[in-house]
Amino acid sequence: MGFLHRHRNLTPYLLLAPGLLYLALFFVVPLCFLAYQSLESGTFDIGYSFTWAWGNYWDAIHNYRDQFIRSLEYAGIATILALVFAYPLAYWIAFRGGRWKNLLLLFIVAPFFVTYLIRTLAWETILADEGPVVGFLRSIGILDDDGRLLATGTAVVAGITYNFFPFMALPLYVSLEQIDERLIEAAQDLYASKWKAFLRVTLPLSLPGVVAGTLLTFIPAAGDFINAQLLGSSQNHMIGNVIQSKFLELTDYPAAAAMSFVLMAAILLMVAFYARLVGTEKLTG
Amino acid sequence: MTDVLSRRQLLERAAKGGAVLTLPGLLAACGGSSSESSGSESDKTLADTLRFSNWTLYIDNTKKGHPTLDMFKKETGTTVKYFEDINDNASFFGKIQGPLSRGQSIDRDIIVMTDNSRYPSLLIKKGWLEKLDKSAIPNIKNLQPSLQHPNWDPDRDYSLPWQSGMTGIAYNDKLTDPVLSTDDLLENPKLKGKVTLLTEMGDTMTLVMFANGDDPSKVTDATFDKALKRIQKAVDSGQVRQFTGNDYSGPLSKGDLSAAMAWSGDVVQLQADNKNLHWNVPEAGGGIWTDNMLIPKGGDAFTASTYMNFVYKPRIAALIEDYVNYICPVVGAKEELEKIDPDVAKNTLIFPTKEMLDNVVGFDSEALANQKYLEAWQNLISS
Repeated sequence: MGFLHRHRNLTPYLLLAPGLLYLALFFVVPLCFLAYQSLESGTFDIGYSFTWAWGNYWDAIHNYRDQFIRSLEYAGIATILALVFAYPLAYWIAFRGGRWKNLLLLFIVAPFFVTYLIRTLAWETILADEGPVVGFLRSIGILDDDGRLLATGTAVVAGITYNFFPFMALPLYVSLEQIDERLIEAAQDLYASKWKAFLRVTLPLSLPGVVAGTLLTFIPAAGDFINAQLLGSSQNHMIGNVIQSKFLELTDYPAAAAMSFVLMAAILLMVAFYARLVGTEKLTG
Repeated sequence: MTDVLSRRQLLERAAKGGAVLTLPGLLAACGGSSSESSGSESDKTLADTLRFSNWTLYIDNTKKGHPTLDMFKKETGTTVKYFEDINDNASFFGKIQGPLSRGQSIDRDIIVMTDNSRYPSLLIKKGWLEKLDKSAIPNIKNLQPSLQHPNWDPDRDYSLPWQSGMTGIAYNDKLTDPVLSTDDLLENPKLKGKVTLLTEMGDTMTLVMFANGDDPSKVTDATFDKALKRIQKAVDSGQVRQFTGNDYSGPLSKGDLSAAMAWSGDVVQLQADNKNLHWNVPEAGGGIWTDNMLIPKGGDAFTASTYMNFVYKPRIAALIEDYVNYICPVVGAKEELEKIDPDVAKNTLIFPTKEMLDNVVGFDSEALANQKYLEAWQNLISS
């Protein structure tokens, strides 16, 4: 006690220490290791050695450009869809949920009680060729008679949208929930239409939630491989699938590590661009 | 949902689930270059416990546990610690290669890996396996003759089969005429988009090479390329819907697929729920693979070998077989099983006819280890 009392300014650092240590141990160290590995060359059979093999990065970008672009595209579409679906829902729960709020939130989180894999496999059943969804789309002519959803990009995007939906909905809800309703009333008192009050007051105030939600959805979605594997065909594989096969099937660790870094860099760039676009203060609320 | 999870299906799913949460490859990759392990010389005393890693649903199983393991304990006094922790060959190898490469024990005496992956032969090449103590395995004489000399372990110095399975074609007779050839699977326009192939290179390549009139047990660059191009064409034309592990089983029994490259044991289990499913060895030829018991470095070779001897008693093999539904490698098990469960003994997917066995081969183990082939294959299945 005496020590802390004398060195009061140390307290915040001591409180930070467990978190920082955890991050250092389980994020920074593996990351450095991965960076080191990404510059190795050789084969698994004879062993890998460090040679500043920058070529791994070139190979990653050059050979798997399609899968990189596809990953960002699928993740982007899924993020936008999740935002479009989640916003009205979060809005409604925040402002109209009343005493049912907690129950409604539970419904959003409920799918998390089931494992990721089983949820995705359930979509295999929902989108089955002889299932109700495909049947309906065929009957209204959106799909032709032997059209299908499974093993298409549509199914992959649908799966990603669904699986990451709560990551979008919850931050949106939190930021909408915090809005002081008197501000909206004030806008309307000042002759703003409901739509205008939404655009000028509610929407800007909920932007931190939008930003948090889109990042929480987009970043993991871009690295996802389960949806592409189960709901897509080989032509819908994302970069996560390639990394997984490089790591596990081919034991080509340097290539996999280089690809992971390229993916990280691509995501960072997009996030930085996005942050500039909406303004960094929105990121932190 | 009526489909029973088959062993491989369960595993694959579990593996995929696990892969979401962990990065086994990353952890595994921590291993540096290989170093000589101290390799325990087996003395001839039985250990108190035998640590056995196997695939799930791959041994006799009752509510009380695994009867054959209890019988082993009664007979020898050794308790088997049975782990169902192998989900697929690649991730299991990823998990064990780190410690093995550092010369550390993985705390197992027996592990089981499939020879249509490159890993069993890789483990031998790296010196990461103990030799079997054959003096403790007189029952090795019961090993099926066709399995005695695999090219990756010609004298079975390091491995003994646990179960085998065949790779062939399954089809749903409600949706299609019988699909009896790989040609049909790859090119029949009526099956377009209703067909899956297997992600394992050895499985799919074996069938396609046979269909091309080539020999899958001796792969050359030319025959490999020819088969690869033919599959690529079937993918580009939309004939092939997906490459799968055994996750073909759901869509196949639900009717999303008309036909699929499939493993015999899976189909035995699927048929219990869906009588419309059939499985056959393709006319031109099919594949056979074997899951092998191996003793990782640091394991107790004598105790492990004693256990192997035990399961090579026909009566014990029959008890396991009655539950497992794959192909039994032990001669005499069929006769024993006829006494306990004649229906299973009659099933040709579990005890195949000689005609069926003559028409299947294992994929070239050299080709399985060829990095160039593996890469070309991975690029094909995830383009």
